[in-house]
Amino acid sequence: MVDVRFDTIAGIPPAEVGEVDLYHPRSWWTRYVFSQDAKVIAVQYSITAMAIGMVALVLSWLMRLQLGFPGTFSFIDANQYLQFITMHGMIMVIYLLTALFLGGFGNYLIPLMVGARDMVFPYVNMLSYWVYLLAVLVLASTFFVPGGPTGAGWTLYPPQAILSGTPGQDGGIILMLASLILFIIGFTMGGLNYVVTVLQARTRGMTLMRMPLTVWGIFTATVMALLAFPALFVASVMLLFDRLLGTSFFMPTLVEMGELTKYGGGSPILFQHLFWFFGHPEVYIVALPAFGIISDLISTHARKNIFGYRMMVWAIVAIGALSFIVWAHHMYVSGMHPYFGFFFATTTLIIAIPTAIKVYNWVLTLWRGDIHLTIPMLFALAFIITFVNGGLTGLFLGNVVVDVPLSDTMFVVAHFHMVMGIAPIMAVFGGIYHWYPKVTGRMLNEALGQFHFWVTFLGAYAVFFPMHYLGLLGMPRRYHDIGETAFIPASAHDLNAFMSVAALIVGFAQLVFIFNLIWSLFKGREAGGNPWRATSLEWQTPETPPGHGNWGKELPIVYRWAYDYSVPGAARDFIPQNEPPAKLSAQGAHP
Amino acid sequence: MAETALTNVGASPALLPGWRGIAADWSSDQRAFKNVSWGKAMMWIFLLSDTFIFSCFLLSYMTARMSTTVPWPNPSEVFALNIGGAHIPLILIAIMTFILISSSGTMAMAVNFGYRRDRIRTAALMLATAAFGATFVGMQAFEWTKLIMEGVRPWGNPWGAPQFGASFFMITGFHGTHVTIGVIFLIAIARKVWRGDFDVERRGFFTSRKGNYEIVEITGLYWHFVDLVWVFIFAFFYLW
Repeated sequence: MVDVRFDTIAGIPPAEVGEVDLYHPRSWWTRYVFSQDAKVIAVQYSITAMAIGMVALVLSWLMRLQLGFPGTFSFIDANQYLQFITMHGMIMVIYLLTALFLGGFGNYLIPLMVGARDMVFPYVNMLSYWVYLLAVLVLASTFFVPGGPTGAGWTLYPPQAILSGTPGQDGGIILMLASLILFIIGFTMGGLNYVVTVLQARTRGMTLMRMPLTVWGIFTATVMALLAFPALFVASVMLLFDRLLGTSFFMPTLVEMGELTKYGGGSPILFQHLFWFFGHPEVYIVALPAFGIISDLISTHARKNIFGYRMMVWAIVAIGALSFIVWAHHMYVSGMHPYFGFFFATTTLIIAIPTAIKVYNWVLTLWRGDIHLTIPMLFALAFIITFVNGGLTGLFLGNVVVDVPLSDTMFVVAHFHMVMGIAPIMAVFGGIYHWYPKVTGRMLNEALGQFHFWVTFLGAYAVFFPMHYLGLLGMPRRYHDIGETAFIPASAHDLNAFMSVAALIVGFAQLVFIFNLIWSLFKGREAGGNPWRATSLEWQTPETPPGHGNWGKELPIVYRWAYDYSVPGAARDFIPQNEPPAKLSAQGAHP
Repeated sequence: MAETALTNVGASPALLPGWRGIAADWSSDQRAFKNVSWGKAMMWIFLLSDTFIFSCFLLSYMTARMSTTVPWPNPSEVFALNIGGAHIPLILIAIMTFILISSSGTMAMAVNFGYRRDRIRTAALMLATAAFGATFVGMQAFEWTKLIMEGVRPWGNPWGAPQFGASFFMITGFHGTHVTIGVIFLIAIARKVWRGDFDVERRGFFTSRKGNYEIVEITGLYWHFVDLVWVFIFAFFYLW
């Protein structure tokens, strides 16, 4: 398994990274609120993302109530249903998952895992969070403006997004676009920090090829986000101008309510291209950090080195690069030229290769490992299962001829919830259970964790597995009420009711999780510095939780990769990255 | 910047051939770009991201221009001025372009004097650059005023496709914002240079970090980028 070169200390150039000038907080405000410490910013990001995520969770309950029991809940009308769909999707994809993976996990783990004292520009990093918070507040404010939030669907396709038939046309869509623009500005400030920290601020001995895969995943996703969000930025600006100034970038000549609108000559397809040039990389922006986290969880909790580290890194980079040339597979039914469809179907299927490499490598890491079924491990296993499931339906939808009949059915909804809803959130949960002891110094409660895991995993399957079947029947997505239709049997309605009950139960389990987070903060078992006996640097900090500057007086020196588990001949079944070679027994371990 | 550039990277181990060597080189110890400071790396990556923003703007404009069914107004005519009885196409744009490119020259000189720690000349040249930039923005304001007086609006104009005005105001507006931010950035840094902040290692107001003369070069990177973007806007919007 020696596919990583273990350079001796002699090969490492002398450390010239001096004591970094840290911003030292002088008051409670600058320590906990306007903090420039990446760890505090990470917690702020995570709490904000989870708070707005709870809003999206409640919206999904309301949607499921309506779908499962149409006509029963008079307070949900068709317009509100569309608004719920839109806000649920937008919040979950951008304000929860992107912010949590990059702003939350990224801020906390990057400096610790690469052995830096902080992000390279802490002040900019702090601004990033506050702009993100502003974006979230603007987004939340759309619930209270006249007309409510926009109901255009999370893709915000023009022309309907800004026409009067769509709910939220007054203020909702304007604030939504403004919020997206703010989010992108805020993210860019943070993202630049993450990338430069990984590239330029690693500790001595930490080559890129010794970084834990979590850092690789977050790093690649951040680079992608810096290149993909510009397209959404431009699309949002132009759509905002179409709505506010009456320009016609995306608006063709059309008749609304029997009257010719002021618009004319624009291209709605242009918006779709811009949106999906962002939108497809976005899928991998939330998937790659999940890949990385899962790799580390599996390796640590199976006490085995990750199988094929180098290939795992290249697969992450290849997926990141390929994801920029597949965007139009979201547009097979938009009237695109068939040859384009051929091209984009081909590139889409090629992505399956690096993805499959990753899945095989996870499974081979587990193979004959010393598997500990801890909560993080359970979530990691659930991630692999869910991701394979969603990935396979992705192969269906990537083919033009299969996609066309399945387009805009519940099959699509089931697919993307499996692959970029449930799977990444499994990685989020696994990551939180894994790193919570480092963040707080206490373990999360095991019994509540078991309950949370099983209800969430089985419940999510109960919701989304039958949804594939509904989609194959032809049940359309985004319909407030299916009504009596010849091709949908009565049993499908029963299935819908079952899924709704399951969704409510899954939602309840998340409240238990939130309770666990708060309860364990005060009452959890003391964790110690390295409860999982893990190798990577964040577990080797002198204090837990890590203090300001992370490392005390001296930065750690890295002698090995992050996956020295169960090394033959070693005294313990793990060797921390910063343990010098001299401490090892003569043979067995690497020089 | 508190961190120092790696000057002595030691004897590197024998390089591997081919892709492995390239990968090993990029992924080598501590930093991917050995003598590049954090600030400079960050500016480069930001500019890469910003390139995508301007590319998306320009591609969207080109899509609109190619797909519209109404004729596109002739930029040579629209942007012509009558000076002393002569009708000169694109004259204002030509002068603006000349000014902006000249400002890149003064910026490059400022970077040179910055590394010589020549406070006065560096600050003076940066202020000259800022003055060129402000002139550019002023001329742009004149151009906007002229077009608005002639009836060009984001939603329509007297000569043809409504996307003309929309694209024009959006793209030049976004670029003009960049120039304006650059001017403010230049003035702020010039003040620091003038005051000698980088000689006495005074700490920044917000960041409480020490600065050094490299910030002049980083400002210059941004400024040259804004210039370069203008060249593309000039080519695709005015000359097409």
